[in-house]
Amino acid sequence: MNDIVTVIRSVPLEHYVFLSFTLFSIGLAGALFRRNTIIILMCLELMFNSVNLLLAAFSAHHGDPGGQVFVFFIMLVAAAEVTVGLAILVMMKRNVDSIDINQLNRLKW
Amino acid sequence: MVKTDLLAMLVPAFPLVGAIVIASLRGKLKGNTAGILATAMVVLSFLCSGVLFVGHEVVNALHAAGMHQESPPEGAMHVVKLFNWISVGSMHIPFAFQIDALSLTMMLIVTGVGSLIHLYSIGYMHDDKRVNTFFSLLNLFSFAMLMLVMGGNFLVTFIGWEGVGLCSYLLIGFWYTVPAYNYAARKAFVMNRIGDLGFLIALVMIMQQFGTLDYGTVMDKSAGISTGSPWITTVTLLLFVGAIGKSAQLPLFTWLPDAMAGPTPVSALIHAATMVTAGIFLLVRSSSLFVLAPITMDVVLTVGLVTALITATIGVFQNDIKKVLAYSTVSQLGLMFVALGLGAFSSAMFHVTTHAFFKALLFLGAGSVIHALGGEQDIRKMGGLKGVTKITYFTFLMGTLAIAGIPGFSGFFSKDAILMAAYEKHPLLYAATLGVSLLTVFYMFRLLFLTFFGTYRGKAHPHESPRVMTVPLIILAVLSVVGGVLNLPHLLGGHETMKHYLGTAADGIAGEHMHLAPATEWMLMGITVGSIALVIWLAYNRFAKKTTLDPEAEELSFFKRLIARKWYIDELYAALFEKPYGWLSAQLDAIMEKRVIDGAVNFTGNTTLRLGKVLRRVQTGNMSFYLFAMVVGIIGFLLLTIWSA
Repeated sequence: MNDIVTVIRSVPLEHYVFLSFTLFSIGLAGALFRRNTIIILMCLELMFNSVNLLLAAFSAHHGDPGGQVFVFFIMLVAAAEVTVGLAILVMMKRNVDSIDINQLNRLKW
Repeated sequence: MVKTDLLAMLVPAFPLVGAIVIASLRGKLKGNTAGILATAMVVLSFLCSGVLFVGHEVVNALHAAGMHQESPPEGAMHVVKLFNWISVGSMHIPFAFQIDALSLTMMLIVTGVGSLIHLYSIGYMHDDKRVNTFFSLLNLFSFAMLMLVMGGNFLVTFIGWEGVGLCSYLLIGFWYTVPAYNYAARKAFVMNRIGDLGFLIALVMIMQQFGTLDYGTVMDKSAGISTGSPWITTVTLLLFVGAIGKSAQLPLFTWLPDAMAGPTPVSALIHAATMVTAGIFLLVRSSSLFVLAPITMDVVLTVGLVTALITATIGVFQNDIKKVLAYSTVSQLGLMFVALGLGAFSSAMFHVTTHAFFKALLFLGAGSVIHALGGEQDIRKMGGLKGVTKITYFTFLMGTLAIAGIPGFSGFFSKDAILMAAYEKHPLLYAATLGVSLLTVFYMFRLLFLTFFGTYRGKAHPHESPRVMTVPLIILAVLSVVGGVLNLPHLLGGHETMKHYLGTAADGIAGEHMHLAPATEWMLMGITVGSIALVIWLAYNRFAKKTTLDPEAEELSFFKRLIARKWYIDELYAALFEKPYGWLSAQLDAIMEKRVIDGAVNFTGNTTLRLGKVLRRVQTGNMSFYLFAMVVGIIGFLLLTIWSA
């Protein structure tokens, strides 16, 4: 199993950073500009995972398992967040018969 | 000595326990239970004081005979330290009682006269709904007064000082449904507070100078102060301000006549026999300081004399039986302050003692009259009660003779001592004090004649009071008659026992000397007695056979009206202090309250509101915009961190 660390280390750190940055930017752009709530949730997951990737990469390169522990925490929180998010989504669909994020502007005071 | 400590602790503890027990059971106690309990507590306290007194006498006598070797030279003074009360840095104030001649004298007066008045109250307050509260407060007062006189340092005295002020306030306003009574209570409280402030400042100054508030230590250390230094003058003047407030002297005396709004036993106990003499007590207690301040002594003398004269004149024109006695009290207190100002501390204390007897008697007698007439207090509607209320009449007569200073009665000896001291200073002073006592004679006999002589002018059906009220009257009458033997002057074969006794407690008394030739003393006594007899005859002719009512104040001549209206002092204070103060308050209300404080609060509120109105436009409800704003914000923070690093 030691090999995974070796495999990860075989790719230079810069590549991970670039890949993460790209993934994160795609996620962010999607979250900002899409109106479909399901897509936005997926974009959020994308951002989480880009960060997870970066954490795992740094963890391997520095030989510090702390980073990987963090990854597990983030996965856990993300799962919880998605649960809540999808529940809201279902309620939204039932009440306004739409999953357009801009429909939610009627919630404001 | 251990036994002494226990007894000293029990003396104030009994009334305190009584007050707490009655107060907590006031909803349950029925009938006379509270009264009997309260009276028993004060009587127990009196017994303890008596035992202490006797024990103290024995120690003194043994010491005088040189048989009691263990006791220190100051065996006359015993300090009972209960616990360390305040201990901060170099400041140590123990919670201590001081048992010496002075405090024992006052303790015996407070508990002795106090228990008689408690007993009397059982009858007087019989029909009142809040009788339990009344007795609880009366016991609390006894406790506070005992703290005042027993205190081993200025601060313990100060607790009692404030305590009696509070009880006085609560008891004046006891019948709180009458607005005028509440006003009187507030007036008394505020005026007392003015005096208390002076006392408090004096305490701080003494603490700063001597580093202690113990009476004994202050007495010892005051020897190092030079006579007439600005510090001692200021401190003594401030202490005197405290005394002015509590003992109702000019310019703070106007609360005492109004304090008659309280039940009559309260007037007798608090506003005649005990609390108002606290000022005298304080001055005697700190006499070692006062003898060093000649300026203050002159101020005390002047204030006392002016108060005595003014209030004596007012007393002549009062028509309320209790008001006459109230002004008489202020006037007599003025005389005591004259004695203090003359350095005759023992004479002042002697007069405090005899005054406690006969003024309590007179007030209780007046209460008995009021009780007999079903609440009538106007002497113009009395008269001819001699035949109906025999015991009240007889005891009231004894009290009147005593306060008038008829030879043989207690008032004669105590007042004569003051007159002698006045003559020694200046014959004019003698004339002035004699004038005060003659006015006293005049208004007291006016009161006596209008109430008990002539024909009955009222409508209620008079009846004699129950025995629970007349027995205290009889005891007090006996004391008023024979009280003079406590301090018989040398001239009449006595030994000035009380003076020598008190001399063991206060420096000022031990240093007193009188140098009047016996012939002069006889002559002065003759003048006094002769003029008193003349005044009684005058009063008898004028009032004894009266059948018509006195005219109202408005119909009198200008000068008489001036006096009957109490020299317009209340009106003067209203114009000088109340109105400007009210105006200032109104201005502060208009400017500070409405503009500054309200303005600041309203400004804060309005600004927040307006800011909110601007910011709520940002909340569009557009989710993408929120996210965008968030991202911009995060990036902004990131850039900031990078730059600042």
